Amino acid sequence: MSQADPPERVRVTGPPRRRTPGGRTTDIDAETRLGDMYMGSLLREQLRLALGVLTVLALTVGVLPLLFHLVPGLSGVGVLGLPLGWLLLGVAVYPWLLALGWAYVRRAERNEDDFTELVSEVEK
Amino acid sequence: MNPGLDAAPGIVAVTLVTVATLVIGTWGLRFSRTTSDFFVASRTVRPRLNASAIGGEYLSAASFLGVAGLVLTFGADMLWYPVGWTAGYLVLLVLVAAPLRRSGAYTLPDFAEARLGSRGVRSVCSVLVVAVGWLYLLPQFQGAGITLSSTVGAPTWLGPIIVGMVVLANVTSGGMRSITFVQAFQYWLKLTALLIPVTVLLAVWAGDSAPTAGGGTWSVPLAAGGGQGLYVTYSLIIATFLGTMGLPHVVVRFYTNPDGRAARRTTLVVLALLGVFYLLPPVYGALGRIYAPELATAGRSDALVLELPRIMLDGPAGELLTGLVTAGAFAAFLSTSSGLSIAVAGVLSQDVTGRMWGGHRLGGVAAFRLGAVVAVTVPCIVALAAPNLGVARAVGLAFAMAASTFCPLLLLGIWWRRLTSVGAIAGLVAGGLGSGVAIAWTLAVSDPEGWADTLMGQPAAWTVPLALVTMVVVSLLTAARIPAHTGRFLVRLHTPETLDLDRG
Repeated sequence: MSQADPPERVRVTGPPRRRTPGGRTTDIDAETRLGDMYMGSLLREQLRLALGVLTVLALTVGVLPLLFHLVPGLSGVGVLGLPLGWLLLGVAVYPWLLALGWAYVRRAERNEDDFTELVSEVEK
Repeated sequence: MNPGLDAAPGIVAVTLVTVATLVIGTWGLRFSRTTSDFFVASRTVRPRLNASAIGGEYLSAASFLGVAGLVLTFGADMLWYPVGWTAGYLVLLVLVAAPLRRSGAYTLPDFAEARLGSRGVRSVCSVLVVAVGWLYLLPQFQGAGITLSSTVGAPTWLGPIIVGMVVLANVTSGGMRSITFVQAFQYWLKLTALLIPVTVLLAVWAGDSAPTAGGGTWSVPLAAGGGQGLYVTYSLIIATFLGTMGLPHVVVRFYTNPDGRAARRTTLVVLALLGVFYLLPPVYGALGRIYAPELATAGRSDALVLELPRIMLDGPAGELLTGLVTAGAFAAFLSTSSGLSIAVAGVLSQDVTGRMWGGHRLGGVAAFRLGAVVAVTVPCIVALAAPNLGVARAVGLAFAMAASTFCPLLLLGIWWRRLTSVGAIAGLVAGGLGSGVAIAWTLAVSDPEGWADTLMGQPAAWTVPLALVTMVVVSLLTAARIPAHTGRFLVRLHTPETLDLDRG
């Protein structure tokens, strides 16, 4: 054992701590005007994203009843062997909802990452 | 109750599902030790398991039996029910999922009290959770009665009693932790129980050289009804899209996620699981239109999924598939009733059974068990006494009430700084009374016609805006009472957990 090289020195660290002295988290904690601005921007960003997804939902799925009401023959038109109404409401709507959800989760997480990066920066 | 019915497959199926539920529940018991396990499985459930559990809990008798029956009776308009029940999760995902988890509260009343710092809001929320929960439990118990009478020929009172007892055994013994495994299992059971029979039945249909019902207007959404039809459809869309986030058993499940991001990912997986499941019930409805139209005229459309295999197939194959759908239906009652009972029992145990009574206070788990007994017994008795509304319609009314009360509270509580406790109470009462009156009206009127009955039969389109506007206006009028900790609470709701911030 004595001849063997001493084991290489390993640096033991905990999970990354985001609070850096002088970081902007203190502004948020103290609810200064700057801190409120950061929070306000995160809230606006996330709300805008949510409302955007809901608008797309309303303009695609939400207008279908009105469309079928105004153009009565439309939902009976045969597409791929099914009436269009059945194809849209019975099948196509589900992958579409999933796609909207997936896009939302990606963007919402990116917004949070941007926010984390922003407030973890040390003031120069 | 058909006297010549072969009861064996139904009895075997119900017994197997009941035993499997109890065994998995008992197995989960080994992990259930603390009060936190009982309520929220100690918040350590991974997204995929949690999503299966949410799917298992959410797909109730209304989804398993009701949708096919509605499509059989009323045609393609009814496809809006499953679409709305799925889209509700998308709305929940984008507006509520992560902040609700980050709020760190156990139940909806907890959230309201933490956000607004008021015992008054808490009490109103507790009453509403119990109301919505019982309204939703009722059709589950009645559906169980229908299932047993149409597959086994048992009297209709037997189903509610069996479901009530199994739910009680599971909920009181293991709480949320053991229920998570049970419900994840039940999602996959329900999917299998619809998928395999529908594959066989479609093959039979193709072998019959694919007859069509020649349905005329039946197959076309919104073919009839004119302006009222359009109102009903949009009101249904509002109730289901916005009501999902306010269902007590759905909300409780979100607290079991480890953090806000996990809550979002769980919801995404739920969207996928629901989308796959809801492809199937309409197929039963369409096949039923061809092979069993007499069920609709006889007013027994809720039994379509259960009876179609026997109608289309003779001999052991038909019996086997009947057993399978019966098992799925029973899983649907058990899982949804368990989830609702837990939610209602959680609220009852915090606000009623856990209180001081005559100088004596029950401990956490004992209060939860007593709450569960009350939560199950009351709707079970009502189910035995009350007339049958139709499974999907009763559930639709529960959605309308959730949408007109908890939806505005959650939306404004999460996204609007100026909500006050007075405003919240005013809005909850307005929405609760509006939808409550509408539900009572609908129960009292046996033969709805004209605009008044239409507005009352599908109230969400006017009760949701009523509650929302009341909440906003009263909050603005009482602006002096904005809670002092609002800013801190919004930090907690919206910032990622990795950031080291003061969350109050």
